[in-house]
Amino acid sequence: MSTAGRIVRLAERNRAEVRFVLDGQMRSALAGDTVLTAMLASGHALRCSEFGPEPRAGFCLMGACQDCWIWQEEGPRLRACSTPIVEGMRLRTTPSESWP
Amino acid sequence: MSDASTPKVVIVGAGPAGIRAAATLVEAGLHPMVIDEGHRAGGQIYRRPPAGFVRTPEQLYGSEAGKAGALHALFDRLAEEGRLTHRAGSSVIAMRDGQLHVLGEGGLELVSYDSVILATGASDRVAPIPGWQNAGVYSLGAAQIALKAQGVALGRRIVLAGSGPLLTLVGAQLLKAGADVAAVLDTSSWRQQIRGFSGLAARPLVALRGLTLRAKLGRRYHAGVTLERIEADGQGVAALRWRDAGGRQQHTPCDMIGMGWHLRAETHLADLVGCTFIYDEQWQQWLPKADEMGRAGNGVYLAGDGVRLLGADGAEIAGRLAAAACLSDLGYRAPPASADLRKLERLDLFARGLARAFPWPAAMVRALPGDAVVCRCENVTVAAVHEGADFGSSEANRVKSLSRVGMGRCQGRYCQLAAVELVAARAGCSPDAVGRFRGQAPVRPAPVGAFLREY
Repeated sequence: MSTAGRIVRLAERNRAEVRFVLDGQMRSALAGDTVLTAMLASGHALRCSEFGPEPRAGFCLMGACQDCWIWQEEGPRLRACSTPIVEGMRLRTTPSESWP
Repeated sequence: MSDASTPKVVIVGAGPAGIRAAATLVEAGLHPMVIDEGHRAGGQIYRRPPAGFVRTPEQLYGSEAGKAGALHALFDRLAEEGRLTHRAGSSVIAMRDGQLHVLGEGGLELVSYDSVILATGASDRVAPIPGWQNAGVYSLGAAQIALKAQGVALGRRIVLAGSGPLLTLVGAQLLKAGADVAAVLDTSSWRQQIRGFSGLAARPLVALRGLTLRAKLGRRYHAGVTLERIEADGQGVAALRWRDAGGRQQHTPCDMIGMGWHLRAETHLADLVGCTFIYDEQWQQWLPKADEMGRAGNGVYLAGDGVRLLGADGAEIAGRLAAAACLSDLGYRAPPASADLRKLERLDLFARGLARAFPWPAAMVRALPGDAVVCRCENVTVAAVHEGADFGSSEANRVKSLSRVGMGRCQGRYCQLAAVELVAARAGCSPDAVGRFRGQAPVRPAPVGAFLREY
């Protein structure tokens, strides 16, 4: 099943829906998705590179490469490949403007 | 829990090596602590999906379902019976003076140990392809984890590139699951692969299984290719340019590329705790030194792919052996080791066959254009690494200081081998003469708040 985003769901499709907010927009994912899977189900990237023009979408998925760190609205960052999505999470692909 | 008189043994990693080590210690009457980054024990190759997923072990692990299931059940039973302490979702970010610095959900905690078994495993060994910094380029391991632990493909049209057993395996697994795999591109030629044959014959069934999987790839599989450039649009990967074994230009549209050249041992903690490192010519990487049982000295033991790249079967045996060595050094009765040591020898012969058949693509790395990104964390280019080598010296850490290659958030895990290869080419020496990047704590990014204490 192709999604609106980068990933294709090949199995495990009968799971409860989870809703979260990304950059102010309501998005939907499935319970058991990582934040990375959830974001790439409706988008093509997680964030932009700080050192180049290109978007990034993770690389190793095992917590080693650190390519998939994104922001939460309340401030702290999280590693998208190793954090499960939770109903009501509020995430950002860019740091908050009020970030010091 | 154990009382103060029983020695405290900590195992880092809950993959095949860590699980077998834990079980061996429990059998001898100890109560080990197992610290692991995963939420459920199993490691990467036997990684488990979150609770509530429904695919069977046969669907997830194929021919290895029995082994994976046995390890998972064993660990779960020991944890349920309270015979070990499982710290899931926790990273060891530093080691010093008999203490582990453990970062978990509750913050940073110091855990002291009498003995520690490092079973930290391995990750993909990657070499840069120009354009690999773009979204949609992943490691082969990532493609496999996405499928196993999440049931997803990371793109609509997939190209896999690199060399090694995982290349064929991931290709076959994705196809079976219904993904669109456009091409599987092996940088090793048929001739090179046949060179590994004498070693591969040490495990004929495993070799045969590999060939069967290879056959399932059909005309998608190409040996002896040269990878030239990843093309991208605003969303990420759009195509891969490559040359086939006959030198013909090929252009394959795709939105995802999985890449990897076998494995790179995860050695940061072994480095911090003071292990000696030796350059292994066969594996073309630095590996920590341990005796055949896994003893590295000072109460430190090494097991699994983090010290010898033998794969999951070898890791199970190495985990048992390291625990046996640890028990015997602590004055406990250790299980016999001779049969396990013989098995490891056979696995080693096979693994060295693999290393010959699917080598690190040194010539491809040396031919990278100046604008190719080497360090994906900070987009440090080949030209910057060359400049560092020309300005400073041909020593790895000097080049690191000058160019920032290896200073990004992955701490050199995915660029070190390529950077060293480039420096060696520039200086006209061998990669082992360039040396290796010094490991630095914390070995995972940690929030500053974790180090602050309220008084």
